[in-house]
Amino acid sequence: MSGFGTLLYKELLRFWKVAFQTIAAPVLTTLLYLLIFSHVMQGQARVYGAVPYSAFLVPGLVMMAVLQNAFANSSSSLIQSKITGNIIFVLLPPLSYWDFFAAYVLASVARGMIVGAGVLLVSLGLVGLSFEHPLWIIAFAVAGSAILGTLGLIAGIWAEKFDQVAAFQSFLIMPLTFLSGVFYSIHSLPDFWQRLSHFNPFFYMIDGFRYGFFGVSDINPVLSLGIACVSLLVLTALTLALLKRGYRLRH
Amino acid sequence: MTPAIQIQQVHKRFGPVQALSGIDLEVAQGEFFGLLGPNGAGKTTLINILAGLARADSGSVRVMGHDVIADYRKSRRALGVVPQELVFDPFFSVRETLRIQSGYFGLKHNDAWIDEVMHHLDLAGKAAANMRSLSGGMKRRVLVAQALVHKPPVIVLDEPTAGVDVELRQGLWEFVRGLNRDGHTIVLTTHYLEEAEALCARIAMLKQGRIVALDTTSNLVNRLDSLYLKLRIAGAALPAALAARVRDSRDAVHTLRVRSFAEVEGVLAQVREAGAQIEELELLQPDLEDVFVQIMNREEGGERRGGRNASCVLSAPASPDR
Repeated sequence: MSGFGTLLYKELLRFWKVAFQTIAAPVLTTLLYLLIFSHVMQGQARVYGAVPYSAFLVPGLVMMAVLQNAFANSSSSLIQSKITGNIIFVLLPPLSYWDFFAAYVLASVARGMIVGAGVLLVSLGLVGLSFEHPLWIIAFAVAGSAILGTLGLIAGIWAEKFDQVAAFQSFLIMPLTFLSGVFYSIHSLPDFWQRLSHFNPFFYMIDGFRYGFFGVSDINPVLSLGIACVSLLVLTALTLALLKRGYRLRH
Repeated sequence: MTPAIQIQQVHKRFGPVQALSGIDLEVAQGEFFGLLGPNGAGKTTLINILAGLARADSGSVRVMGHDVIADYRKSRRALGVVPQELVFDPFFSVRETLRIQSGYFGLKHNDAWIDEVMHHLDLAGKAAANMRSLSGGMKRRVLVAQALVHKPPVIVLDEPTAGVDVELRQGLWEFVRGLNRDGHTIVLTTHYLEEAEALCARIAMLKQGRIVALDTTSNLVNRLDSLYLKLRIAGAALPAALAARVRDSRDAVHTLRVRSFAEVEGVLAQVREAGAQIEELELLQPDLEDVFVQIMNREEGGERRGGRNASCVLSAPASPDR
């Protein structure tokens, strides 16, 4: 196996060995959101004219699970390695910064997709869903988890303590996901908040992901995917530059 | 022949601290080389630069002729590092750890060598054990095994025996000596100066980021122009005239520095004239620790007033854990 392949395998094995915590737990948490919100919001007006609220909610929750777990995977793996010092095991071998980047981000994509698929499968037993454009669903899940995996990598590189990663998660990732239209269509928002939502890149990921299910969305999915891809490219360039310099990894 | 390690004019600063100032060092292939110095002298920084864990501000470093920045893939393949800190990945077993480490170097089907290394390090019985469950000594052995999975020609051990029991220390040195006999270049840092003296053919001493001594171990030991006279006396205190010679004093046992055998007679006469009886007498050859202490004190920036006193020796951070 190549160095890259081994690092990817090791990253996959890392979360797989604690799957109860890294996969089962987030699936359960997300399902609790689904049960509670669909109960509270029962009878609420339909979204997009025809979609019941609980059906509208499921893709949002799935994408939220994908994004949060992709972020959690790379950020926690890296900060744990830095704090315990075993990061040297990957810094001593002849791995390039591309190998490093690709392995951590792909493992995050895998974790995000597995958790998302878990949430989706269980939800299907509770809520009827349509799958209008499956390829869009996959495209947005991959792009979204890659973006968050990259953000997690940046957080892990930058942080020197666990609570700095937690702060990154609580003060950036959580507000951006919760305010991206997971639980509501932004058309229900006052004008000011609607316009503000357009500056949240997470909004486009959720909106486009939902388009794959219902065939309707607030924004043209091509534009949403374009914005997601540009975000991913910018973050990738930034992360590669940090890794190449050895920022906070090679002192 | 290409030197195993070639370090030229390496400088490194961490904020206000100048960790290394102009290190030049060459280690030939097949050497057993010692890197000594008090804590904070820059040994680990130098090793980190060699391994690519840190970057020099200026200067160049090569391992087996490969620049550690421009040609890092080749230089890292040529180098195995046993780190000072007892680090491990708690998710994996010993065998998984070693397989993964092999994979990072692009090695497939490395199990025969992994088994051999585990056998030599008495790890075979622990192959399936999780890293978390191992004792400190066992974790240390795994770190040694991890450094060797890719059969590097150059092996660096950064204080591998700190906090390790005697049995493991002996076993480890036997193993490392064997590697050296097989042609591996060994670079060792240690706080145990007897170990360095017994193992290393050549030694560099570092202090405050500079090399203050670099020679073969025997030359270093022989270059001390002094012997030590250890006396136990009774009846009177040591005469004040001998205070400048004292290396250390405990109760009535004094260790005095003498330049040659000829001086011994005079010192003994002074003791007797002071009214003291000599109850025990021993003449000691200097060892590496004496050289180390002398070199470290000499470099105190010219503050050598009125001879060296015992407190210099006691405060020298030569071997706090001896």
